[in-house]
Amino acid sequence: MKSEQRKNTFTWVINIGMAIVCLIALFPVIMLLISSLRPSSELMRTGISLAFDWSMLNLDNYNYIFTQAGSYWSWYTNSLIISAVTIVLSLFFSSMVGYALAVYDFKGRNLFFTFVVFILMVPFEILMLPLFQMMIKAQLVDSYLGVILPMVVAPIAVFFFRQYALGLPVQLMDAARIDGSTEYGIFFKIMLPLMGPSLGAMAILQGLGSWNNFLWPLIVLRSNDMFTLPIGLATLLTPYGNNYDVLIAGSVMTIVPIIILFIFFQRYFVAGLTTGGVKG
Amino acid sequence: MKFLNSKKVVPYIFVSPFIISFLILTVYPAIRGIIMSFQSVLPGQVEFIGFQNYERVFNPTFYKALSNTTIYVVLTVLLLTILPIIFAVILDSKFTKLKTLFRASLFMPTLASTIVAGMIFRLMFGETDTAAANQLLNWLGMESVDWRFNAWSGMFLMVMLCVWRWLGVNILYFLAALQNVPDELYEAADIDGASIFQKFWYVTLPFLKPVTIFVVTISIINGFRMFEESFVFWEAGSPGNIGLTVVGYIYQQGIQQNDMGFGAAIGVILMLIIFVISFIQLILTGAFKRGDE
Repeated sequence: MKSEQRKNTFTWVINIGMAIVCLIALFPVIMLLISSLRPSSELMRTGISLAFDWSMLNLDNYNYIFTQAGSYWSWYTNSLIISAVTIVLSLFFSSMVGYALAVYDFKGRNLFFTFVVFILMVPFEILMLPLFQMMIKAQLVDSYLGVILPMVVAPIAVFFFRQYALGLPVQLMDAARIDGSTEYGIFFKIMLPLMGPSLGAMAILQGLGSWNNFLWPLIVLRSNDMFTLPIGLATLLTPYGNNYDVLIAGSVMTIVPIIILFIFFQRYFVAGLTTGGVKG
Repeated sequence: MKFLNSKKVVPYIFVSPFIISFLILTVYPAIRGIIMSFQSVLPGQVEFIGFQNYERVFNPTFYKALSNTTIYVVLTVLLLTILPIIFAVILDSKFTKLKTLFRASLFMPTLASTIVAGMIFRLMFGETDTAAANQLLNWLGMESVDWRFNAWSGMFLMVMLCVWRWLGVNILYFLAALQNVPDELYEAADIDGASIFQKFWYVTLPFLKPVTIFVVTISIINGFRMFEESFVFWEAGSPGNIGLTVVGYIYQQGIQQNDMGFGAAIGVILMLIIFVISFIQLILTGAFKRGDE
């Protein structure tokens, strides 16, 4: 009986402890949501503050960004377009490569795979200055293409798709060949659908990466109307800023597409993280 | 057409778009970056200057950036390994209810970009007495802190921001690894009369080794590449460079000062640092002994 009681206390301590930890983790998000409902003049005076006047909470900031937020919606559109194109292109190229590396036996395969793994270690930061020079020469500075192109090559995705494709049922390929299917037909009609979960996981990872990408767009994008959301929001973060309405409500709106993407693909996400991660 | 469909040719066709973009967008710029680091790059005038860029790199500002980055890496690696292991074990235990809710709340911060998260932190850790963090300090009877203007508190902000954003992801990695621990081992340990901590130390931890190596590796590499956390708190520059990182220094010199050759040299040194650390780590963890698969 006594040990039963001890167990109960232990359970309570653990669960209350975890609840507190989770509250701390969610605290900044909760404060952001509350702050987005406070008048921007108040925000400017106090920052994100624990003490605020509940009666002053209203939707004015959201009203403002939906009616007259200047460039905010162009940033939003830019981010949406750039992320969508990046996801589609990088998934398309990388899944083909990962698949080929896993199911075909061809000369140079191992060398190529070693190369992909090696390149995973090359930091993007060493590429960014030469890439910027190339973009100037190709006149792609301040364009969508300039932001997207370097993101299309995703060795991490290749690696991930290869790991996943190693588990594909290759017997299906022979069966399809006998039925007269081409190799491309086999990939697009049979194998790619089987790789669905890995595509979902990578869509989230690439989407998160592209939506939140900062350094490269900061370098390539020059004009206010071409900025992506993180760059645009960062320009509002000045010591003299009085744009707290757009900044805070705009930040909340930034998270919305990510949450939608996440809800859509989330059942693949945990599985995806673990196949990609643990074997890495 | 038959030729394009043969099993010999098809894999190369699958691989070729990637290879081509890879050569143009990764290999070529990587080589250009190394060449650039030996050049003085001015508009319309490029000149080889040997090791001059490298000689200039080793200056007090670079050392400051490197030491900031190193402290940041050590702190984030420690926190982002130890805390997730503890939380993963708790979340995995039979004592914990509401597992899904706890996991989701801890994962939530990952969805915010560093800029949005940094903006929240910046306003919560504002200089005024009315900002959340200082209110809390005052309430506990302590003095307000000028968070962004002290070396220690600046580092604290950057590390906090990183830990807050990545904790949930690392917990997921460890949770996944915990699924691999066979229950029989715990049962055997129970029979031998092992305490909770003995079970954790002798049964759980060994199974977490591979994922720990993975987490430490990516934390180190990402730590050395850090830029955004510093940018969101100080934009152009921090007082006394308390927030300058190696990548921040590349950005400042290469893009803002337009000294691309010098920036490229810092980039090459950063790459060498990352290679050396990854290499040492691979040897220490015995990754080379395992063979290919």
